[in-house]
Amino acid sequence: MEIIVCIKQVPDTTEVKIDPVKGTLIRDGVPSIVNPFDKNALEAALQIREQKGGKVTVLTMGPPQAVDALRECLAMGADEAVLLSDRAFAGADSWATSYTLAKAIEKIGKPELIFCGKQAIDGDTAQVGPGIAEHLGLPQATYVQKIREVQSEQLLVERAIEGGYEVLTVPLPAMIAVEKSINEPRFPTMMGTMKAHKKTIPTWSASDIGAEADKIGLDGSCTQVKRVFAPERKGQGEMLTGETENEVCLLLLEKLQGTKIV
Amino acid sequence: MSVKIIAEDCVACGVCIDACPFPGAIEMHDVAVLTDKCNGCGACADSCPTDAILVEKKEDKNAVNIADYAGVWVFIEQRDGLIANVALELLCEGRKLADKLGTHLAGVLLGDGVSELSKHCFAYGADKVYLVEGAVFKDYRTDSYTEAICNLIRQHKPEILLFGATNNGRDFAARIAVRVDTGLTADCTELAIDPESKLLLQTRPAFGGNIMATILCPNRRPQMATVRPKVMKKVEPDYSRSGELIRYDSPVREEDVSTKILEVVEHATKTLNLAEAEIIVSGGRGIGAPENYYLIEQLAEVLGGAAGASRAAVDAGWVPHYRQVGQTGKTVAPKLYIACGISGAIQHLAGMQTSDVIVAINKDPEAPIFKVATYGIVGDLQKVLPLLTKKFKELKEAQ
Repeated sequence: MEIIVCIKQVPDTTEVKIDPVKGTLIRDGVPSIVNPFDKNALEAALQIREQKGGKVTVLTMGPPQAVDALRECLAMGADEAVLLSDRAFAGADSWATSYTLAKAIEKIGKPELIFCGKQAIDGDTAQVGPGIAEHLGLPQATYVQKIREVQSEQLLVERAIEGGYEVLTVPLPAMIAVEKSINEPRFPTMMGTMKAHKKTIPTWSASDIGAEADKIGLDGSCTQVKRVFAPERKGQGEMLTGETENEVCLLLLEKLQGTKIV
Repeated sequence: MSVKIIAEDCVACGVCIDACPFPGAIEMHDVAVLTDKCNGCGACADSCPTDAILVEKKEDKNAVNIADYAGVWVFIEQRDGLIANVALELLCEGRKLADKLGTHLAGVLLGDGVSELSKHCFAYGADKVYLVEGAVFKDYRTDSYTEAICNLIRQHKPEILLFGATNNGRDFAARIAVRVDTGLTADCTELAIDPESKLLLQTRPAFGGNIMATILCPNRRPQMATVRPKVMKKVEPDYSRSGELIRYDSPVREEDVSTKILEVVEHATKTLNLAEAEIIVSGGRGIGAPENYYLIEQLAEVLGGAAGASRAAVDAGWVPHYRQVGQTGKTVAPKLYIACGISGAIQHLAGMQTSDVIVAINKDPEAPIFKVATYGIVGDLQKVLPLLTKKFKELKEAQ
């Protein structure tokens, strides 16, 4: 089975610290990682390859240093990797990003499955996976928490919805966006890491994938960022203290009754 | 597309660095310098006090005639004849936007035998309801819902279209945006109309909630956004209101829909699901052991709320993933959030810090969770939680 996994290199938001004086982000020294959900996507792809055979290609759009993220995926067991990197891609919103990835997927070939993480932890939009599926005219299942069965022409999956999940069939080829709970991504092996370092990773530009100039990067984006600002921080709250736990609990009860929520 | 810094106008104040969403994209030397990490988004330009940043964007060749579009639409998500709360919240918010624009508010309702639900849409502020009915629309499915809404958009040309940022809302909003060639902003927490341009100002958290970004869709229509549940406030419904019900006969047939739903499984839980709950009690690593999670559930139950957990508790295997609050779990904004034994990692704060009232209970007085808490208690969960449960139970019985 031919599988493409779309990944993104993101800043590790769990490592971000807030400047206590200015209340803004401290951006220096924030490490770059493979978006955690994308590792789940890759793991799902690798498991299917182990079951059914085939090839797993990881694809990313990003600056030249995003090649590190692709190498990590190769070390985990992906067969091939492709980097989409071009100044013309910069500033892309989810419309332009999904168009660009879709063009690259068309160039790679006709995959039976495209995997994405449910969202990236920097943008949190969850829009690129469905966008790719729409550009390619493919069916999709998002928020997939379990792949129950891989049949020859369709997938049987569990898709998370509020308060539960749906069991549904999706005909192939399809785009599947996965939840974190779908699996536990494997770690790269020593052998895999060595192989990954030797692997040649092609870099494709806008012209390599035949992308139209007015559909990529900032020019192809329908949305614009008007302003970016630090969120209002709630002021330091009130610490409730007392001689005994009982006293403290009573104090909290009183405060909460004051808010009329309980 | 290009962003340029005019060196002679730059006073090296560094404001642009704070305004920039991309780490390391601007470096401060004698003047500000763009590095190769610059994504060209142009977010810095507005912040520059000396107008030293130039953003040039090519004309949008696919721009539409804005004047052709009117009306604010809200997707009325329903399951088994029950409207999702977020849809009602959005009608209330949509009403305000429509009034500012001097236009109408419409609900877009899809389902099988759901016409009765239109009265709730009118009661919450809608002037019109577009109703699409048929067996093929009984359950939400990407293909059928996308196609029907795209047809409605092409026919009636709304200027704004809002969805709840639920799994289904986020599933098909992105497809609709691509199909009708317009922009979509995800997971907004604030909407407003720019008084001059009349554009929809769509504000959303990014970077794990560490920064806020205001997004515009200047040249395409409709302006589309998904909005986080519980952030917009519902007003009292007025069931004396009525409106125009417009039935749309969709050409979508069962054979056009690729996916089939075999079964819908609800989580068996004594407490509510996180997205709908007004009150959430969450437990973290500080609960100490999986068998202590019942302390969380008991308090949640007596408060009529939902039980949640931090990533640490889920990763330890103590609590199932669907209960996880935080960036890699659910984002919630209840009226009351009680964090028990949760230290307050950024990834957790991103998922709950817009809650109205936050109570933090932790044995470590230095825990970062206290920085976002309205009320903090330093203490032992094993003692405090059973006491609180008992006191709330007494209070409930007294009422």
